[in-house]
Amino acid sequence: MKILCVCGLGQGTSLILKMNVETVLNQLDIEADVENTDVSSASSENPDYIITSNELAQSLENHPAKVIIVNNYFDMNEIKEALQENMNS
Amino acid sequence: MKFLEESLVALDIEVSQPEEAIREAGKLLLNLELIEQQYIEAMVASFQKNGPYFVLAPKIALPHARPEDGVAEAAVSLIRLNEPVRFGHASNDPVQLVFALAASSSEEHLQVLQKLMQLLGDENNVSKLLSAKSYQEINQLIGGNG
Repeated sequence: MKILCVCGLGQGTSLILKMNVETVLNQLDIEADVENTDVSSASSENPDYIITSNELAQSLENHPAKVIIVNNYFDMNEIKEALQENMNS
Repeated sequence: MKFLEESLVALDIEVSQPEEAIREAGKLLLNLELIEQQYIEAMVASFQKNGPYFVLAPKIALPHARPEDGVAEAAVSLIRLNEPVRFGHASNDPVQLVFALAASSSEEHLQVLQKLMQLLGDENNVSKLLSAKSYQEINQLIGGNG
């Protein structure tokens, strides 16, 4: 499974998200390849899931990957719930 | 790496616009020559182009640009706003803590982000940052290495 964390520049925000997503995946015992990038490069990538903010999700709505929205990047519970909700369905 | 040292923290700054808040936080990095002037403009341009996605959590914004926009050293500054300002984020507005990130391409960039996550991953720390009366109280939160 491949997960792409996306932010505007692919430098800071998506890296924070990637580190927290990796922590949560570890807790859930899910194995995945997590990478981060900027919103314009995301269109040429082919992940199973994209995790990003509500603000950037709109520009990714035509992407074939399932887009998961996280609002609070420091809230591990929110990240955990968002992952569980979207990966089970 | 420079992480919220005393000269990189300014409390109770008056601004009325997000762009102004980004510039004020950037100025602290510029004063120590950790970034070039153009990096500040790149942060503002990124906000105008990509929107407020860098408002990462309630009350917290982390404006930044790219290493090639002019970063000398990995660093983070903080301004606390006297009056919270709306950045246009659907769930995390209004913003009161603005951390300007000087994103470097070095290994230190990761260390800076990890320190920031440690600090902001704990809600108690966030409320202490919001209520701190002096830099000393903030210095204690970051382990006194500022």
